[in-house]
Amino acid sequence: MTTPSSISAPAEAVASAETVKPAGPGRGARFLRYLRRHPSVAFGGGLLVLMALIGILAPLLWTVDPTAISPARRTRMPSELYWFGTDMLGRDIYSRVIYGARVSLLVGFSVAILSSIIGLTIGLFAGFVRWADGIIMRIIDGMMSIPPILLAIALMALTRGSVGNVIVAITIAEIPRVARLVRGVVLSLREQPYVEAAVANGARVPRIIFRHILPNTFAPMSVQATYICASAMIVEAILSFIGAGVPPATPSWGNIMAEGRALWQVRPHIILFPAMFLSLTVLAVNLLGDGLRDSLDPRLAKSI
Amino acid sequence: MFAFVVRRIITTIPVMAFVALFVFSLLYIAPGDPAAIIAGDQASPADVERIRASLGLDRPYLIRFGEWSWRVLQGDLGTSIFTSLPVTQLIAQRIEPTVSLMILTLIFAVIVAVPMGVIAAWKAGSWIDKGAMAFAVLGFSVPVFVVGYLLAYLFALKLDWLPVQGYTPIAQGFWPWLKNLILPSITLGLVYIALIARITRATMLEVLQQDYVRTAQAKGVAQKDVLFLHSLKNAAVPIVTIVGIGIALLIGGAVVTESVFAIPGLGRLTVDAILRRDYPVIQGVVLMFSLVYVLVNLLIDLTYTLVDPRIRY
Repeated sequence: MTTPSSISAPAEAVASAETVKPAGPGRGARFLRYLRRHPSVAFGGGLLVLMALIGILAPLLWTVDPTAISPARRTRMPSELYWFGTDMLGRDIYSRVIYGARVSLLVGFSVAILSSIIGLTIGLFAGFVRWADGIIMRIIDGMMSIPPILLAIALMALTRGSVGNVIVAITIAEIPRVARLVRGVVLSLREQPYVEAAVANGARVPRIIFRHILPNTFAPMSVQATYICASAMIVEAILSFIGAGVPPATPSWGNIMAEGRALWQVRPHIILFPAMFLSLTVLAVNLLGDGLRDSLDPRLAKSI
Repeated sequence: MFAFVVRRIITTIPVMAFVALFVFSLLYIAPGDPAAIIAGDQASPADVERIRASLGLDRPYLIRFGEWSWRVLQGDLGTSIFTSLPVTQLIAQRIEPTVSLMILTLIFAVIVAVPMGVIAAWKAGSWIDKGAMAFAVLGFSVPVFVVGYLLAYLFALKLDWLPVQGYTPIAQGFWPWLKNLILPSITLGLVYIALIARITRATMLEVLQQDYVRTAQAKGVAQKDVLFLHSLKNAAVPIVTIVGIGIALLIGGAVVTESVFAIPGLGRLTVDAILRRDYPVIQGVVLMFSLVYVLVNLLIDLTYTLVDPRIRY
């Protein structure tokens, strides 16, 4: 969840990964060896792929229409017919949970990608355009002094609940952290001898950014992006849980839990199943992030 | 030192100004026309216009922001649309449960997390360390409300040790107050513990490699003194920093925890305000929480000199 802003040149990790190319085992074998050496990447990544498959293949996984209401079979216990039982409106919870993977993963990945791209742009700008740095950093400080969930809640209060709006709200809340991280990396890279050499050689700013700076932000950014993905999935569930997220009819894990709230003392399974799926998915992403952090930059692993 | 304190306080002014601007803009761009709402269904367009002018809603953005800021500085956060009560009064009514919950969680989390991190670092690589770090990953992964319902189901519903939900003001006795807050505090504390334990472990790992630690051990200082006196003191600054930054997690988590355990605090107030689109209340709560967050972290910055006498400004 936290990544120190003062990451000193994770250059070697990337560079050495590129120089091992000649000879040796093939790409597939090297990938397998990498997974064996970093079990948390293998486990987290595998679990995440499984969840993604569940979401994509939802219609084929013996599900029924997740929004189909049937008053006659309300609040059933789990059984052979309704694997996870039914909710207060008689909807099949198994189908809702399986379809719910789509919303969570969509929100998680979209927020991670969007906030990375926007944060990267802002961070690069602040790191290179010195006069803008002060202003940008004050704005970022201001945004970071509003707790992220509260910021997302406040933004959601302005709009209708929809998956798109949830993504935008969480992205805005996450951007400052990425921007600050990238700026820190840029500032430390600018002092590196090879960047100074490039400047001395007369390289223009775009070339320095794209050839020397950008590739080195990749390692810390990808780690940060996985943590943002995990946190976005939790925030989405929280927003939906308190009724400020995706529309109630949409099957999302937060929504299913919100519906189970009134009945949790007698029908705890309504909350239990989506809770298990959500926790497992977030765990998978976090493990992936930890593994990436350890493998991309061993020095980072020690500091956090 | 004094110059530093002044400088540090001054740097929080632009931050709070930005927060204020954001919070004000929230109401400014919020859907729905306050003048039309106040005028009612029967009002003619001219009536609405007159009310708009009397409320000052027809004036430019920056002037309205200036006026609004001036009122906020005087302690006026506006009036709730739904209850017609002053927002400050609503916040005052709800502040006790939230403050109780957060302080209890803070104490509980620090008491658990710091020794956990210290021992994990001391026994680095052992099963204790692995167990503690696995717990930390789980703490980050299991959402607050899932923990809340699990604990409530187990300890309140099945074992019947603690009350399921609700809140008892501290004025009605310490034990009833505490009993209602035990489960919510554990729930809210889990992520916080994970965060603090991780940072404590990482910092301690570095400190334990220092020469003075080896010297202390060579002198025959008891292991617990080496860990908790010699080393922990030197690891204090990052730990205290993360305790402050983590308050953001507590604030976000309180909103959810209070919903799960039916605690009538500021979190509940926020959720209700969202559902009713009661913008002045949302504004007030966001502004207040942010102010608290900024002030706590300011305070922590200022206490560095107490924690670590080597730091001088």
